[in-house]
Amino acid sequence: MTTESTVTTSATTVDEAVRCTGLTYRFGAQVAVNELDLAIGPGEMFGLLGPNGAGKTTTIRMLTTLLKPAAGSISVFGTDVAAHPMRVRRVLGYVPQALSADANLTGQENVELFARLFDVPRKVRKARVAGALEAMGLTEAATRLAGTYSGGMIRRLELAQALINAPRLLVLDEPTVGLDPIARGVVWEYIARLRASHGMTVLMTTHYMDEADANCDRVSLMHRGKIRATGSPAGLKGTLGDGATLDDVFRHYTGDALGGTPEEGGIRDVRRARRTARRLG
Amino acid sequence: MTYAAPGAPPADLASTAGPLGVADGPLAYLARLASRVIALCWVELRKIRHDRTELYTRAIQPALWLIIYGEVFTHVRAIPTPKGIPYLAFLAPGILAQSALFIAIFYGIQIIWERDAGVLTKLMVTPTPRAALITGKAFASGVRSLIQGVAVVIIAALLGVSLTANPLKLLAAAIILMLGSAFFACLSMTIAGLAVSRDRLMGIGQAITMPLFFSSSALYPASIMPGWLQVISAVNPLTYEVEALRGLLIGVPATLWLDTLVLTGSTVAGITAASLLLNRLASR
Ligand SMILES: Nc1ncnc2c1ncn2[C@@H]1O[C@H](COP(=O)(O)OP(=O)(O)OP(=O)(O)O)[C@@H](O)[C@H]1O
Ligand SMILES: [Mg+2]
Repeated sequence: MTTESTVTTSATTVDEAVRCTGLTYRFGAQVAVNELDLAIGPGEMFGLLGPNGAGKTTTIRMLTTLLKPAAGSISVFGTDVAAHPMRVRRVLGYVPQALSADANLTGQENVELFARLFDVPRKVRKARVAGALEAMGLTEAATRLAGTYSGGMIRRLELAQALINAPRLLVLDEPTVGLDPIARGVVWEYIARLRASHGMTVLMTTHYMDEADANCDRVSLMHRGKIRATGSPAGLKGTLGDGATLDDVFRHYTGDALGGTPEEGGIRDVRRARRTARRLG
Repeated sequence: MTYAAPGAPPADLASTAGPLGVADGPLAYLARLASRVIALCWVELRKIRHDRTELYTRAIQPALWLIIYGEVFTHVRAIPTPKGIPYLAFLAPGILAQSALFIAIFYGIQIIWERDAGVLTKLMVTPTPRAALITGKAFASGVRSLIQGVAVVIIAALLGVSLTANPLKLLAAAIILMLGSAFFACLSMTIAGLAVSRDRLMGIGQAITMPLFFSSSALYPASIMPGWLQVISAVNPLTYEVEALRGLLIGVPATLWLDTLVLTGSTVAGITAASLLLNRLASR
């Protein structure tokens, strides 16, 4: 069953936020992303869903200029990523999958570093940093070393970092993993506010189908490096019949992964996450 | 656990519409390079402020070299020194360079830590040229070496080494120390880019630090080295760093222009090599 039809509505507009064409990446002989096509409209909140090892992070790393595609191309707001990585980086906000903040700097310094790296003018820098920290509820902890933060605090700190340059495209790789339900709510609430006030485009991945259902305008189901289906959560649920949940949609398109062999990516990522936790703790 | 409700987004946080900006000219590139180097040196200063104990613990080793090794060899007079200066005075610039070397070599391990912790990845998604990231880290190591160097110089002075008081020569010595440190940080980051994994780098780092040190003129003049070691010493940038520091701080004859040229050239080469390997490091 092919369900690429929903993409066409936004694909026709010139002003696309993201467009991936024939995107491919290999780790050695293993194809992590396989001729992937994807289009995200400006202002959209787009979810990339799929089982462990589907290739979500690899896709995001290509989009964020970290990996060079083996084949295919990506454009961000009409600018080719391979040709002009620096222009694309200027409008990106990125929160990677693993918790990552410099444990030897305070929360405030972590954010200020990014303000400097994004050329936030010196005159507004202090106020901007304080504003971002306040928005993420980190004002009181701002002068503490990030090494003393809890997982949820680090995630919010990372969002403050990612938002300091007023990104036009915010890329979030499992932003709420490891957060308690209240912290998750805080993160989504803040992102929703930003979208409402600034019309930011968001590309996110998550393993929480309820979050995707509640927050995404459209989602893609990705499996083994390919997109299996794209559409609004409601539309995708509708194709499976009454009372279907996004969980059912996920199972429907990627179900053959569940009984299969464990994916290497999972182990790697868990190891990496543990290492991070150790370093931060 | 309680959370504060998210505040309102900062008012001036406004996404600009329209196509992405135009490419930078060479001047804008240089300005950005400078601003990134300043930002990363600023980070280093903040880190040093947060953890000052490292500054003290790292002063122990050079102090031991000067106090024990230096005093003993001053008394036995086994090593000929230029113009017959006391051996301790000959040794002090060598130990100064050594302490900067040990600091700089650590930056390769640090960049792998940062890669593993995801911090490097995030830096690489900011509009920071790869070369600016490496240059920034290289000079951050220079900043740390300089602060550590002050401690070494104070210890040497307390032990009775007579050092120059000429502010211009001190400034020049500071620049040499920075350049030397920047080069060895780049060497270490280059090796990190080749080794890719932390465990492998640890071994390599240790395997090159001591040979670099012993094959330089830090402990003894090249004239008493066996011929083969003289050849190695002549291509070891640490030798040029030590010679320049000796000339500036102690006043023994030195060819400063050559030393500066070699150190600058090596640093540029090191920045280039490490920058080219940065993507490889980040894509693992
Ligand atoms: N650094 C790497 N070296 C080798 N293989 C890798 C590497 N990173 C990812 N892979 C492989 O590429 C495939 C896609 O991995 P990727 O991390 O993109 O998946 P993902 O969809 O993000 O999974 P998860 O939900 O677990 O984060 C996996 O099979 C994984 O084993
Ligand atoms: Mg992933």
